[in-house]
Amino acid sequence: MSLFIIALLPFLGALLPGLLIQAGRRACGMTTLFVTLAALVGLITHLPAVWAGETVTASVEWLPALGLNVTLFLDGLGMMFAMLILGIGALVIIYARYYLTRDDNMGEFYTYLLLFQGAMVGIVLSNNILLLLIFWELTSLSSFLLIGFWKHLPEGRQGARMALTVTGMGGLALIGGMLLLGSAAGTYEITEILARRDVIQASPYYVPALLLILLGCFTKSAQFPFHFWLPHAMAAPTPVSSYLHSATMVKAGIFLMARLWPALSGTEEWVWIVTSAGLVTMVLGAVIGLFKHDLKALLAFSTVSHLGLITMLLGTGTAYGAMAAIFHILNHAAFKCSLFMTAGIVDHEAHTRDIRRLGGLRHLMPITATIAIVGALAMAGIPLFNGFLSKEMFLEEASHTVLFGADWLVPALATLGAIFSAAYSFRFIAHAFLGKTRDDYPHKPHDPNFGMWGPPAFLGLIVVAVGCLPVLAEPVVKLVTASVLGGVAEVPEVHFALWHGVTPALIMSIIATIGGLVLLALFAPLLKGWDAAPRPEAKQLFDALINACARGAEGVTQGMHNGSFSRYASVFTVTVLLVAAHAWFTGTLGPVTRDMLPIQPLPLAGWILIVSATGLIVFLHRNRLAALILMGVIGTMVSIAFNYLSAPDLALTQISVEVVTIILLLLALNFLPNTTPIESPVSRRVRDAVLAVVAGLGTAGLTYAILRRDFSMGTISDYMLENSYDGGGGTNVVNVILVDFRGYDTFGEIIVLGIAALVIYAVTEALLTGPVRARLLNRIPDQEQAGDAHPLMMVVVTRLILPVVLMVGAYIFLRGHNEPGGGFVAGLVVSIAVVMQYMASGFAWANERQRYPYHGVIGAGVLIAGLTGIGAWLFGRPFLTSTFGYVKLPGLEKFELASAMAFDLGVFLAVVGAVLLSLESFSRMARRSGTETSEHAMDIDPSRETETGGA
Amino acid sequence: MEFLIATTIGVLTAAGIYMVLRLRTFPVIIGTSLLTYAVNLFLFASGRLVINQPPILRDDVTSYTDPLPQALVLTAIVISFGMTAVVVMIALASYLSANDDHVDEAGKLAEERHAGEDPDRQQGDEKESRA
Repeated sequence: MSLFIIALLPFLGALLPGLLIQAGRRACGMTTLFVTLAALVGLITHLPAVWAGETVTASVEWLPALGLNVTLFLDGLGMMFAMLILGIGALVIIYARYYLTRDDNMGEFYTYLLLFQGAMVGIVLSNNILLLLIFWELTSLSSFLLIGFWKHLPEGRQGARMALTVTGMGGLALIGGMLLLGSAAGTYEITEILARRDVIQASPYYVPALLLILLGCFTKSAQFPFHFWLPHAMAAPTPVSSYLHSATMVKAGIFLMARLWPALSGTEEWVWIVTSAGLVTMVLGAVIGLFKHDLKALLAFSTVSHLGLITMLLGTGTAYGAMAAIFHILNHAAFKCSLFMTAGIVDHEAHTRDIRRLGGLRHLMPITATIAIVGALAMAGIPLFNGFLSKEMFLEEASHTVLFGADWLVPALATLGAIFSAAYSFRFIAHAFLGKTRDDYPHKPHDPNFGMWGPPAFLGLIVVAVGCLPVLAEPVVKLVTASVLGGVAEVPEVHFALWHGVTPALIMSIIATIGGLVLLALFAPLLKGWDAAPRPEAKQLFDALINACARGAEGVTQGMHNGSFSRYASVFTVTVLLVAAHAWFTGTLGPVTRDMLPIQPLPLAGWILIVSATGLIVFLHRNRLAALILMGVIGTMVSIAFNYLSAPDLALTQISVEVVTIILLLLALNFLPNTTPIESPVSRRVRDAVLAVVAGLGTAGLTYAILRRDFSMGTISDYMLENSYDGGGGTNVVNVILVDFRGYDTFGEIIVLGIAALVIYAVTEALLTGPVRARLLNRIPDQEQAGDAHPLMMVVVTRLILPVVLMVGAYIFLRGHNEPGGGFVAGLVVSIAVVMQYMASGFAWANERQRYPYHGVIGAGVLIAGLTGIGAWLFGRPFLTSTFGYVKLPGLEKFELASAMAFDLGVFLAVVGAVLLSLESFSRMARRSGTETSEHAMDIDPSRETETGGA
Repeated sequence: MEFLIATTIGVLTAAGIYMVLRLRTFPVIIGTSLLTYAVNLFLFASGRLVINQPPILRDDVTSYTDPLPQALVLTAIVISFGMTAVVVMIALASYLSANDDHVDEAGKLAEERHAGEDPDRQQGDEKESRA
């Protein structure tokens, strides 16, 4: 099976549980299990090749320019981890099927679990570090969902958030580290990075890259000082704890350290940081774990401690250390996963996992007790159980490791950690399973069904098998170690056996076991001392830190964003002015190359008009109607200026937009106050005026400077002028640019326009169905109503000219490709014609005769434009490629048909729909229910007719 | 001619910015409209000013004005209508639901405080509601 399929299977399979939960819990669980087993089988098909020492690869080039290719590879290390992830995954899926109650949404749970599984498989199979980062982030996200699976529990939510914060931060650091590593190595492919150890370690990027990568690994693998999130993640359902927080996810950091071991290890920085972090974590986790009363918390800290042990082994940088680390990863996964499962069983059956309320469970649930004791003895490092072997190797390695020049430091700390590790394992056995049988359990416990104890029992068998016959594990561990070492060092010639003679490691082991028993015996006084001793509470510190960050962020946000729009606007203006001033004083200005066009009297008159209208607006703006009239003057002058300066299309568009804008503002003004009061003090007005004048001078100067100089580089307009006719089939270059050269832009723009209109419609709907409606109905108009709401002359004229205007619209539309005009202008003209009907004959009259809803018109427009674009695909051309031809119909002159015309039709419809929908929405506000609508074509006031009684 | 266009753009910008800095929604909308004129003219002018050479291809004409800024400005004009309409709608909705057309939250708060202190105004409000 291709590696791609193996990595994809869990992701695709994640779609299934949510659907199949409809078919029942059994079907849901079985499907999930099947998905995982399918991936596992796929993986096993590669086992012979990997066993033979080959590396299986699969790759697809994605963005080779960025170094981001989807390349996967499978070697011994990847194989071991993938087997762990999928194999333990399968066991956890079986276990969870029986663990989850009917209140839990099993489909959701399995979906998250498979997502997580896919992400983990992705990490261990990735050959590209950027790809690995994506999967890395995916594990953080999916584990967030899993930890917070019980959404009703505050601990679950908080734990999930904490885990996401810590591992997410680590993930960010890791991104930085990986990018640095990639630059240092000159490649993003792991297989190549591993071969460039010397280049990387000589690079100046090495130390920062190492620090950042280790930050990512330490947060993920809960190493000191980031260990605190793991125990809080125990609020998750137990299957999650046993899967993510013992066997797989927390090992992702370790995996990465092992993966990059050949490239990064062996330097002083590596040894110092990794070894000491591992040692501290190991001792600290073991000490805290001893005093935890929650079974899962005890196991969580034990996990922290064991992760520290593995980290320390990788940190020593020797081949023997790496081999011991690999062996311990395997052993720890087996016994810790089974221990979590038994803790879950106890919780499930006794309804408590507080160790102080447990005891004597061996009589009540003998099977569970046996499995738990096997696991705990392995955890303590007792002979005949697998934990003993790797712990022995750890102690052996520790006895040779010298840190900070002190040869006693590492062995002493390692022994200390081992003592506490033995102690909490013994406490786990003695306080929960041994002792008197109690009868005060919240719920009478008994052994669960096979589905729940089967998976941990299977793992327990592995624990014992490996523990008794270490040779079973030897070839596997050596194979994996070889792929970790990657040729940097030779796999050590060590024989795995129970008895190596009396070595320092054996003596340390014996001390640890005896010490553990002594600590257990002295547990009660020790606990008193522990409870009395002050110690930092990680969660409080974390919460305080998060709160401080949140407050800081809020302070910054409030300080900058105080809800005053005019403040933002002035800050923005000042910023732009400063940037512009900087550009002005540091840039260079080329020589003047263009002569001025002569100023003729008519443009001068227009200029006087526009400047004085603008000036008047500033002084008269408190009278809002006057401001609108002046705006109309400015808009008209702008469109005349466009016309004068060789832009007929713009002139047409500007003048028609001007009409609809003014109508729109008038409609709005109907509801808004008619005047603006004087509020701002003189000082403020002067300040604003200064800002405005400076900005105005700046833009004027900039414009003048641009207009007196030619283009500094060639323009693409020449291409458009040359190809407009031959390529686009039109002589109006502006229109050809709109519908052809830059058709994609136009397509986007009509969509934006449509969305704007729909927003207006939606806001109107919300207003009219809310409390505002009553206010609108009770509103007393602030202007006297006209006696003739629908003036006779206007009604007659608008109805007469409607067909004429529509024809003009059609004409402008049709000629648009070759002469000034086109979809935009035609749409505006037609909209104006319709709006005139609304104005003259009233909303109700016009609305009744309006057959198509305007949303539909917008939709049809966008659809037609889109389909025209898609049509090009049928001929194997890119989206919106246009074509044209000439048609001769009898009785008509030869005329041109271009596909761009269909596109322009879409533009036309979208503009008509958008403009009319906006204006209609505004007018609807003014409408009251119960207003009479006249049936006659021409009337003065419908209420009048009733008064005169049809005389 | 260049001078006239440049000063027009400058005057429109200055007036637009001054209006945008006012405290009520309506002048702010007028201000943004003025800025729209200024920006559209500016973009258009970046194609340089040319008289009597519209970009409509003719067999006997060889020089045309730059069509590209025109195409860009054309859509900008239409889109700015859509945006103006949305902003007007938002202003209207906020005025209708809060009976207040300030753009600044700070100003609004000051107004409320002011209203609380001023007994005349409160009485006026009551009268209004009774009516």
